[in-house]
Amino acid sequence: MIEARGLTKTFRDKKRGEIRAADSVSFRVAPGQIYGLLGANGAGKTTTLRLLATLLQPTSGGATVAGFDVVRDAQQVRAHVGFLAASTALYGRLTARETLAYFGKLHGLAAADIATRTQRLADELDMHEFLDRRCEKFSTGMKQKTSIARTLIHDPAVMIFDEPTLGLDIMAARTIVKFVRECSARGKTVIYSTHIMSEVEKICDTIGIIHDGRLLAEGTLAALRTRYAEHDLEEIFVRAVGAPPLLAS
Amino acid sequence: MNWTHIFTVYGKELRDMLRDRRTLISMVVIPTIAMPGLLALVVAVSFMVEREVAATPPLVMILGGDDSPATRAGLAKNPNLTIAPPQENWRQHITDKKLRAVVELPPGLDATLAAGGTATVNIYHYEGEVRSSRAVAEVRKFFDTKTGAIVTARLAERGLTPAAIKPIELKPQNVAPPEKVGGNLIGGIIPYFFLILAFTGAMYPAMDLTAGEKERGTMETLLCSPVGRVDIVLGKFLMILTASLGTVACSLLSMTVTFSIGGSILARSIGGGDAATATRAASKIASMTTLDPVGLLAVVGMVLPMVVLFAAALFTISLFAKSFKEAQSYVSPLIVVILMPAMVGLLPGVELNWKLALVPILNVSLASKELVSGVWHWDLLGLIFASTSLYAAIALGLAVRMFNRESVIFRT
Repeated sequence: MIEARGLTKTFRDKKRGEIRAADSVSFRVAPGQIYGLLGANGAGKTTTLRLLATLLQPTSGGATVAGFDVVRDAQQVRAHVGFLAASTALYGRLTARETLAYFGKLHGLAAADIATRTQRLADELDMHEFLDRRCEKFSTGMKQKTSIARTLIHDPAVMIFDEPTLGLDIMAARTIVKFVRECSARGKTVIYSTHIMSEVEKICDTIGIIHDGRLLAEGTLAALRTRYAEHDLEEIFVRAVGAPPLLAS
Repeated sequence: MNWTHIFTVYGKELRDMLRDRRTLISMVVIPTIAMPGLLALVVAVSFMVEREVAATPPLVMILGGDDSPATRAGLAKNPNLTIAPPQENWRQHITDKKLRAVVELPPGLDATLAAGGTATVNIYHYEGEVRSSRAVAEVRKFFDTKTGAIVTARLAERGLTPAAIKPIELKPQNVAPPEKVGGNLIGGIIPYFFLILAFTGAMYPAMDLTAGEKERGTMETLLCSPVGRVDIVLGKFLMILTASLGTVACSLLSMTVTFSIGGSILARSIGGGDAATATRAASKIASMTTLDPVGLLAVVGMVLPMVVLFAAALFTISLFAKSFKEAQSYVSPLIVVILMPAMVGLLPGVELNWKLALVPILNVSLASKELVSGVWHWDLLGLIFASTSLYAAIALGLAVRMFNRESVIFRT
């Protein structure tokens, strides 16, 4: 379960003054559900997800992730979250197996558990061929699989994806999308940010449209279509972004 | 603070570093091979130049003295000088290093001396030029011998011995132990090398583990794990410290081998067939390399908090950078900041006192110079150790603080 309650994050910029990267963002994501956070570049998606992953601290408001408060129990939140983003890279000089062992250890897993889970993930993601090769030599697909395995090594209840298909070719992107669906099928709470409409249409149960740090519209795809009297998600997005905020208050 | 997390981070960084060719070059190759090799080369070249200067008699021209055949003949017979034929523009030839010196004999020199008088002989030379100085020394030696013989003869005519004009003989006696002499000669250089190597050894890992990780995107991956930021800082800091100490250890080992084995080989090779030169070279090298071993260990002890300070400071500065390149532009100029106080410590006459004991780098440099000379000022040493440790703790605290700042970690 993820519950954001008026999450706000402001940054100070010498030229632009105070920037509200996330402005009173509130939503709920239930276990087994995929929540799509849709927004243009700079809309506040990454900031919102970093706040949920406790990489950033909220200026005001709060959130609970897997039952833990993002401010008070930040370490517990991270222990129950798998965070995958275009910006979360792998250590080039470690092998895939060493990478999984490293993050397994950081999550407090015993060596035997790490070995068992590595074996299972390698089976599921078809990683055996490159499991003992250094990540620096990997293709994009191999890197993606290793990153996915890295986020799953501690079997988190909540998965946070921040534009995970950014810069990937179609095959690598499909692997990610398939993996996101599997996470949902296993009962994990999933939040998925992107600016690619088709991905949201394909995999998200609920869609939140974010712009200028504010969540402007939220609902299932069907509900949004009804509300905006538009079938095409892109049109819905444009109308939502151009329309006055509906959920800011 | 969770020590399991700290050592997990440290262990991963250590493995990562040992697989990185660039770190190994800065930590192992440069201190063990390049630095001592360079030092040995400088020493070898200086001895070879000295040997070459000693083996070649300098070219000297005699000006005047046509009426003093005895003096001219004496100079001509001197095996340590080569007499050049008279030349017109001899001043220019000295400048052009075609002539090393010109000896100007005054008119009637032999006659003046025979009559019991005194005379002035001018030696024209090029100040600061080693072969010209050698020529002056040889000419001076010739005239000193001649003067001695004349004085002895003149005293004998009056029924006196040379002792009559030298009632007091001054004889300086060295009480400094050999290690003190060695300490003065190279004592300042050793900590200088240690400090430079400690700094350069920490430089690359500090930049790689902070700005490098930010640039590669692995920092965010690490921050997603349920590890306290203090634990991450300490794990990484320990790695930087290991690299720095590893560099110092490699250099210490390598320098010991270079000076002990290389020194004797050098002495033998320099001496060649000339036993006297070999002995002289060997004694010079011996005096240079005789250092108090306990003092040397104490130097390592003094350098230790300084290494902690370097590691923490470099970590903090590099962390601020967005990329490895940016970190390089911040860190590289710092070498000068390290070099300056370390160089001041090398200057003769600059001695350790209560004020200088508080100046980072300079204090360790000066204390180390004393330690390898066998001089132990416990009170000052304690102050230096305590102040450097305090600076190191402040720098480490600053590193943790910086790591907790979102504006630094996610600076784009």
